[in-house]
Amino acid sequence: MTFHGFGYIALVLVLVLGAAFPLGAYMARLFRGEVHWLAPIERGIYRLCGIDPARQMGWGAYAIALLMFSVAHFLLLYAILRLQYYLPFNPQHIAGMAPMLAFNTAASFTTNTNWQAYSPESQISNGAQMFGLAVHMFLSAAAGIAVAAALMRAFTSGGLKTLGNVYADITRITLYLLLPIALIAAVLLLVSGVPMTFAPFAQVHTLAGGVQTIARGPVALQEVIKNLGTNGGGFFNANAAHPFENPTGLTNLLEIWLLLVIGFALPIAFGHMIGRKREGVALFAAMAIILGFAMVGTYAAEAANNPILVHAGIAAHPGNMVGKEMRFGIAQSTTFNTAATGTSTGAVNSFTDSYMPLGGLVPMFLMQLDEVAPGGVGSGLYGMVLFALLAVFVAGLMVGRTPEYLGKKVQAKEIKLAMLAVLVQTLFILAGAGFSLLTKSGLGSLANAGPHGLSEMLYGWTSATENNGSAFAGLSANTPLLDYGLGAAMLFGRFAVLIPVLAIGGSLAAKPKLPHSAGTFPTDGSLFVGLLIGVIIILGGLQFMPADTLGPLAEHYLLLAGKTF
Amino acid sequence: MIRELRPALSLVLLFTLILGVAAPVAFTGFAQLVFPYQANGSLIRVKNHAIGSALIGQNFPGRQWFQPRPSALTGTDAKGQTVATPYDASESGASNLGPTSKTLIANVTARIAAYRKAYGPGPVPDDAVTSSGSGLDPDISLANALRQAPTVAVARHLPAGRMTALVKRFAMHRLLGVIGTDRVNVLKLNLALSRMQAATTMVQK
Repeated sequence: MTFHGFGYIALVLVLVLGAAFPLGAYMARLFRGEVHWLAPIERGIYRLCGIDPARQMGWGAYAIALLMFSVAHFLLLYAILRLQYYLPFNPQHIAGMAPMLAFNTAASFTTNTNWQAYSPESQISNGAQMFGLAVHMFLSAAAGIAVAAALMRAFTSGGLKTLGNVYADITRITLYLLLPIALIAAVLLLVSGVPMTFAPFAQVHTLAGGVQTIARGPVALQEVIKNLGTNGGGFFNANAAHPFENPTGLTNLLEIWLLLVIGFALPIAFGHMIGRKREGVALFAAMAIILGFAMVGTYAAEAANNPILVHAGIAAHPGNMVGKEMRFGIAQSTTFNTAATGTSTGAVNSFTDSYMPLGGLVPMFLMQLDEVAPGGVGSGLYGMVLFALLAVFVAGLMVGRTPEYLGKKVQAKEIKLAMLAVLVQTLFILAGAGFSLLTKSGLGSLANAGPHGLSEMLYGWTSATENNGSAFAGLSANTPLLDYGLGAAMLFGRFAVLIPVLAIGGSLAAKPKLPHSAGTFPTDGSLFVGLLIGVIIILGGLQFMPADTLGPLAEHYLLLAGKTF
Repeated sequence: MIRELRPALSLVLLFTLILGVAAPVAFTGFAQLVFPYQANGSLIRVKNHAIGSALIGQNFPGRQWFQPRPSALTGTDAKGQTVATPYDASESGASNLGPTSKTLIANVTARIAAYRKAYGPGPVPDDAVTSSGSGLDPDISLANALRQAPTVAVARHLPAGRMTALVKRFAMHRLLGVIGTDRVNVLKLNLALSRMQAATTMVQK
């Protein structure tokens, strides 16, 4: 561990957290419908689609509309992937995708997961990347943020029957938030060397007299929204480790900033929306503390090199370089991967399968905490609000009062729905990974033996269910079991949380808003932040303790004892 | 539910046209016009022939070249067998071997022995014997390049001092003390090396 490493983590946190405050204020104005600088385009979209943006929706209508939107988009992507051979922008003449892989991929991109069971260079055409995958990267991100905005509105006043208009929310978030940031950042990536071309792969005659084929394509724009929308689906198989996705230390810093900034701006926007900024800052602080510790933890694990290899003769410093790129070294690799698993991005600039056991445990644990530090765009904020409801409930039990959060009484219905959302995910992860390891097909997918193999499978189910999309990439995921199983896990992980969240929003919106009194449990101070972090670790994390012990922790101690598999 | 059919479907289609066709096509046009070098993959041309990309590593067989990092890429040959295809940039990926993998330990141990045989005893720079994330890493650490310099100089019949000076000239350093790493781009270094050799041979003649 060096000064450079810690300095880098500090730099990332300062740049992200500093930008989150002004961006959060802007987003609150956006959610209230006060941002209009592209009004003619916005009106044109509504007119063409037959949308009345002023029509207010109750939680049920909002959920149904969102589901219809997602189903339509899922089917369109499935069709594009199957038919890509016949569609334009296919200079490499890539064949249509097989049904089970197309199902898995469509589920993956509809749910903002971006799990990649396919190998992009040989299995996805430029066209399918552009009008298939990249469109989903914008819209699934916008849909997540829309649900967060709907939930925020539930807390704004008492006796509300509606949560907003889902079509207007998605349109505005795309036009006024995602697209402008994406275009600016895409220029920066392009200048740094990220390609943007429709030409076929380049053929070069190398300096030493060989021939090399170099994959390229329209990468720059997709690379930005992949990070900004916490999607994670790489244009190339190696994701952000590929020099064309992430060519320099500066692009790496920019990409980390992009994948964290909206997630941290959302609690700030929440504070503005409810008129109590300190409440937003409290959620923001809980997110930042968890992520900060995780970044330091992963870095420390990787900076301590593999003792078996050091014994064999490699330098102890700078650390474990297996699966890492030279231009990023240790800290800039671990910070990227931690940021991508603290959010639901799942992009990687280094390969987690080759991380040290504890270095791989931290990203997996961040996902198992239900992706709230700061989580996916939208899903992180609503996940955090669920934990806040559970935290005030726990506090209420301790002192024997009916719990309230932000002036709304939290009752049995909300707590049941919140617990449902948390438990559905745990069930899918543990039952799915456990079942897979009992089958021949599941065992055949593993690339590594011993406890590391268990970690591979556990990581895969965790990633799919939590809609992250990163992997212990040695796992061969394109099998019927994992294509269909993980596809289902992604869909449940997204919609079995999103719908209870909207139901909670609807229920809370209708309740009267109680005035703040001396007897109210304060939810904007350090006591609450501590309680919230405790609830997240205990409720979100403890359920996975036995599984994590058998995987990464067991491997850690076996490695120290010099045992290999 | 039927009521939502039209707005949901048409919003998906309209955004597919805006975000999936219009935006990338327009942005590609801009990129090709204003930054054609980067937009097409930073291809390095020598006498109008592309010899590689400044951002993508390539193979350099023999001790007369500076060696890139090991690449874990594999492909299938005509018989359907898995074979190593290092630096095949039509694909990308890592070894994905875990820290307790016997294969990893055996591979790295063999590379350590080969490195010491070529470049002398002592602790081996990590990047020299571990495969990268992309399999296409264009860089090696400055320490690794400096260790290789004397051997490359002997193979090319050039003074070791000039070789070390060349490496230092191509070294890229950390920005602001924290961004990036101290490293050397192998293709650029070897290109300069071949030019230097050509110039030296010319003088001798």
